[in-house]
Amino acid sequence: MSRIAERFATLRRDGRAGLVTYITAGDPDLARTADILRALDRAGADVLEVGVPFSDPLADGPVIQRATERALAAGTTLTGVLDLLRGLRAEIQAPIVIFSYANPIMRMGPEVFADRAREAGVDGVLVLDLPLEEASDFRALLTSRGIDTILLLSPTTTDERLRKAGTLGSGFLYAISRLGVTGVRDTLADGAEEMVRRIRAASDLPVALGFGISKPEHVREVGRWADAVVVGSALVNVIAEAGASDDLPARVEEYVRWLKS
Amino acid sequence: MSGTQGKTEPERPRFGRRDPDARGYFGEYGGRFVPETLVAPIEELTAGYLAARQDAAFCDELDGLLAHYVGRPTPVYETRRLVAAAGAPPGVRIFLKREDLTHTGAHKINNALGQALLARRMGKRRVVAETGAGQHGVATATACALLGLECVVYMGTEDMRRQALNVVRMRLLGATVQGVNAGSCTLKDAINEAMRDWVANVTDTYYLLGSALGPHPYPLMVREFQSVIGREARRQFLERTGGLPDVVVACVGGGSNAIGIFDGFIEDRGVRLIGVEAGGEKIVSGRHAARFAGGSTGVLQGTRTYVLQDEAGNIELTHSISAGLDYAAIGPEHAWLRETGRAEYVYATDAEALDGFKALARYEGIIPALESSHAISHAMRLASEMTEGTILVNLSGRGDKDVQSVTEALS
Repeated sequence: MSRIAERFATLRRDGRAGLVTYITAGDPDLARTADILRALDRAGADVLEVGVPFSDPLADGPVIQRATERALAAGTTLTGVLDLLRGLRAEIQAPIVIFSYANPIMRMGPEVFADRAREAGVDGVLVLDLPLEEASDFRALLTSRGIDTILLLSPTTTDERLRKAGTLGSGFLYAISRLGVTGVRDTLADGAEEMVRRIRAASDLPVALGFGISKPEHVREVGRWADAVVVGSALVNVIAEAGASDDLPARVEEYVRWLKS
Repeated sequence: MSGTQGKTEPERPRFGRRDPDARGYFGEYGGRFVPETLVAPIEELTAGYLAARQDAAFCDELDGLLAHYVGRPTPVYETRRLVAAAGAPPGVRIFLKREDLTHTGAHKINNALGQALLARRMGKRRVVAETGAGQHGVATATACALLGLECVVYMGTEDMRRQALNVVRMRLLGATVQGVNAGSCTLKDAINEAMRDWVANVTDTYYLLGSALGPHPYPLMVREFQSVIGREARRQFLERTGGLPDVVVACVGGGSNAIGIFDGFIEDRGVRLIGVEAGGEKIVSGRHAARFAGGSTGVLQGTRTYVLQDEAGNIELTHSISAGLDYAAIGPEHAWLRETGRAEYVYATDAEALDGFKALARYEGIIPALESSHAISHAMRLASEMTEGTILVNLSGRGDKDVQSVTEALS
């Protein structure tokens, strides 16, 4: 059983919803990314999504665009992110998911990437702009190395594609609750619960729901019907506000504990 | 003269003659690399387009507008003094396909009208578009005004500065122009922002992409709407000279004007097809936009093609004096045409394009767009190396918009 599957099995056994956290690697720099990941793990995040900065993040809103710019300005590359994770893996309990656009992975070479991801102890990979139709070869490379292929589902995803994703994906399914780019919202999307219900009808994989989550009440509400809640832009905002200050890890830890309260 | 044929040959079918495979690939280039939210809308678009192109009423309405609104067919004009100015012998002839004479002043209107009709047919009320030089933005704003559609155009702030005239035109036509202040503040960044808008508003919004780029079906659809250029040019050239041109030359940013004229000659194996990229200042990272001279395969904005990128797979900044060629990727069908050897690709620098611009103005009384000036420049060089033969250049747009940029560059 993969580390991700194990974590979701534990969550189900304990009858609680998990918290999946997204950060952009290299914001403000890779050394502090290590501190942030340790802090997230300490605070009890269940899955750590590590975003690889890319020059053209067309699925991201302003918060993650700015984080990406800071990370690129700090010289962050996919190679650097994988090296960091390799050094950090033994210290971290939570499963780690690489979250990337396709081009950095293609540039490295999908097979080289898959090897290095395995060496780094990466548990899952989600490629934002690699839909099912383009993903089959890549998925085979990951599967043969014991890495989960995390697929993303949207309100526009048809039932037929939901079923396909249920078959081709592994670890968990990442449902985005609204149309549009990433970003913080005050309220949950209408129809999010219905979307999770549609996914459940099509697949037995655990479902994590994200896009717009920023408050403990969102986490509690979503946790009633999804297996996990994803928080991204709101956390990236906390990191941006803390910037280079020494209490960055403490503030991250505090924020995650508050979300879980 | 290659492949001389009579005037009476039947017209080739307009649509569906050279489709990519079912996944949108030309060889190994193309495809659909989009976030999940866009998969269903893109499938809806593909189905909508494939149905529209078989619908006689749709084709008739487009033909009517191309004739009576756009002013097609545009002429093929044989230059008089440019050949001598290029230093070519008398047996060499240069012809221009005058897309600069279309309504709105560039070939972009052919595609914008086709897609705007499709948007209306698909029941979309709102259109978003990107623009570099502003010609596609103006064409889209025009088509939306004509059809009563809401129009939002994303444009990099650097391009808004250097193509200020087109910003005014778009606003006069009722479009909202949204400045994009990210990356190099040019075409690539405008496409990112237009795609973000589309992702957020897919239910009522149509994304009217302006070049033969992006995820399938855009490269196919844009080429087919632009193929009117090549279809007309081939017929006109035959009528005019009794044969086909030896060489067809077009500038290539994303590559829509080039693919439009190439399409008319692609099955005429004896006709050389040459695309001219923007060499910028020189072929040094960040100072040019010649994807085949300095790029490698990658995925950008929905398609697998040649891109300018660094070792880590980040897209490099580009530079060209012409906003319309200032882009880090090339349309996937061009990558395939190059690989199969059917088309050749070269580049012209900023300075060479300026020389082409000045020469066409001075010797023919035609002020070309800076984009098209790259093709003019290469045609003049080619002419000077030939002893006889014919060159057909796609003069994709007129240069009124560039007068300020050229004045700055020459001062």
